[in-house]
Amino acid sequence: MTVDGSWYLILAALLFTVGAIGLLIRRNVLVMFMCVELMLNAVNLTLVTFARMLDDIGGQVAVFFVLVVAAAEVVVGLGIIVSIFRRRVGATADDLHILKG
Amino acid sequence: MSLLAQAGEQLGPVALPPLAYSDIGPILVLTTAALVLLTIASLVKGRPPAGFYALFTLCSAGVGLLSSAWLWLTLDEQGPRFAFANMIAVDGFAIFFFVVVCISIALAALVADSYLRREGLDGPEFYVLALLSGAGGMLMAAANDLIVIFLGLETLSIALFVLAGFHRRRSESSEAAIKYFVLSAFSSAFLLYGIALTYGATGTTNLAGIAQWLAANIAVSNGVLLAGTALLLVGFGFKVAAVPFHTWTPDVYQGSPTPVTAFMAGASKAAGFAALLRVFFSTFGVLSLDWKPIVWALAVASLVVGSVLAVVQNDIKRMLAYSSISHAGYVLVGLQAASDRGIAGALFYLLAYTFMVMGSFGIATLVGRRGDAEHQLEAYRGLSTRRPALALGFAVLLMAQAGVPFTSGFLAKFYVISAAADSGSYALALVAMLAAVVAAFFYLRVILVMFSPVEEGGDSSRVPVPFSAALGLISAVAFTLVAGFPITSGAFFEFARRATLLF
Repeated sequence: MTVDGSWYLILAALLFTVGAIGLLIRRNVLVMFMCVELMLNAVNLTLVTFARMLDDIGGQVAVFFVLVVAAAEVVVGLGIIVSIFRRRVGATADDLHILKG
Repeated sequence: MSLLAQAGEQLGPVALPPLAYSDIGPILVLTTAALVLLTIASLVKGRPPAGFYALFTLCSAGVGLLSSAWLWLTLDEQGPRFAFANMIAVDGFAIFFFVVVCISIALAALVADSYLRREGLDGPEFYVLALLSGAGGMLMAAANDLIVIFLGLETLSIALFVLAGFHRRRSESSEAAIKYFVLSAFSSAFLLYGIALTYGATGTTNLAGIAQWLAANIAVSNGVLLAGTALLLVGFGFKVAAVPFHTWTPDVYQGSPTPVTAFMAGASKAAGFAALLRVFFSTFGVLSLDWKPIVWALAVASLVVGSVLAVVQNDIKRMLAYSSISHAGYVLVGLQAASDRGIAGALFYLLAYTFMVMGSFGIATLVGRRGDAEHQLEAYRGLSTRRPALALGFAVLLMAQAGVPFTSGFLAKFYVISAAADSGSYALALVAMLAAVVAAFFYLRVILVMFSPVEEGGDSSRVPVPFSAALGLISAVAFTLVAGFPITSGAFFEFARRATLLF
């Protein structure tokens, strides 16, 4: 069975858009995290698809780097969230409003 | 055992790829220094003498500078070259940013030393994170592959997230950390999508490979490639805080501990511009007709928004944040010229800017006093009578940022604007000059407040100036004056010009 590569690319673009919009409209910081992960995984899908279409290993190797970096990023991000919301009830971005102007 | 030895004989020796570790000397110096510092701090019992960590960091930055100088000398013999399977570019451009990053680390360590003890945050963590973050910035500047740029960017950013939230007891600090984290991750996703699309269009993530592909397929108008380029520009735009991707800057600069803000404004912006300039000027140079209008718009927006919004700020850190946005606009003016002169001007601007902005935030650190909270404009009233030298130094740095002659800021603005005019962008040059006039207003407002007398019952407490911070501020002011003085400034511009030629 063959599937045209562009379907995967379109799917990835849609996932990326869902993630980007989600990050902009959701107010729960954890859900915003998940949206970032969705965006990064959409990029991974794009990279793997291009790697298959181009018959080149480079794109697949790049995916590993992205995964590792995303994991490291989430560790730090969750650490920051924990340190903030130990003193609060819910993890809502609207509560963070000291800095403005 | 003999079985394994036999297998080894049959298959022959392992061919190791040639890895010239000396080519990334400064990066290795900073990484090693961070690890050694962490090890020392965890093994030695009791508190080390005050200022040990800062001194160690200062020495590491010094060794980093020496190793950059040594690399610069090898360029004369061996010329610019690629290392690590074409992943790293060893050229004047990279070494220029090695120097800028080392300077940022040294200035940040000098300013942070007294700050951390004052706020009860003393420990090796700040310095370790700054060194690692700096190593990431250097990797970004030297990268010859989009994936390596991404790795450098994340090494730089992840350490900075922690640094932004470093002042645990201030909720502003944590808020700055989470805002920086979310928006930085958002922008990284855009950058990565740009990398993926560029890879799909050209079949490689290597910058030299992309340039070759573009040279061979010059007539192709490729939608995927253009989308990838645009997304890369968005990703870098976030990092260098160009309008309209600047929204995180004021909040994060205001909320972060002030020495961290200084480091962020210095090293992080320089590294972001290093990657931006290399990718767009060197790799996508063929596509300059496509990206020049967009960079033009970004530059105009940054200049106008940064200057105008800085005028209405009453918080000095927020004001400096907006002014750093307008500075990003000037560097973009240099890129928009897309000529050697423009890039050399942009590099000189970044060098001068690093000293100006880090010195300014260093002074804000001292005036902020215990609690890091006195950042209202009113806190500066009458500083000239309380601390004449501090007020004078701040005045010099602010005038340099405004672009007053005989300071490095004037020459930096002159170089980028004249490069823009040379390449025919007269409108952009005009906007840049008008933005400088608007910007001069709010810099002068701060100077006016500093030199006006304290009102009855106003704040007249002393501002302590520790030795280490004074050393950092003196070097920042001294560089600003020396690099702006007609006779001595030539050497610094020559450094930037040669860095551009040795691509």
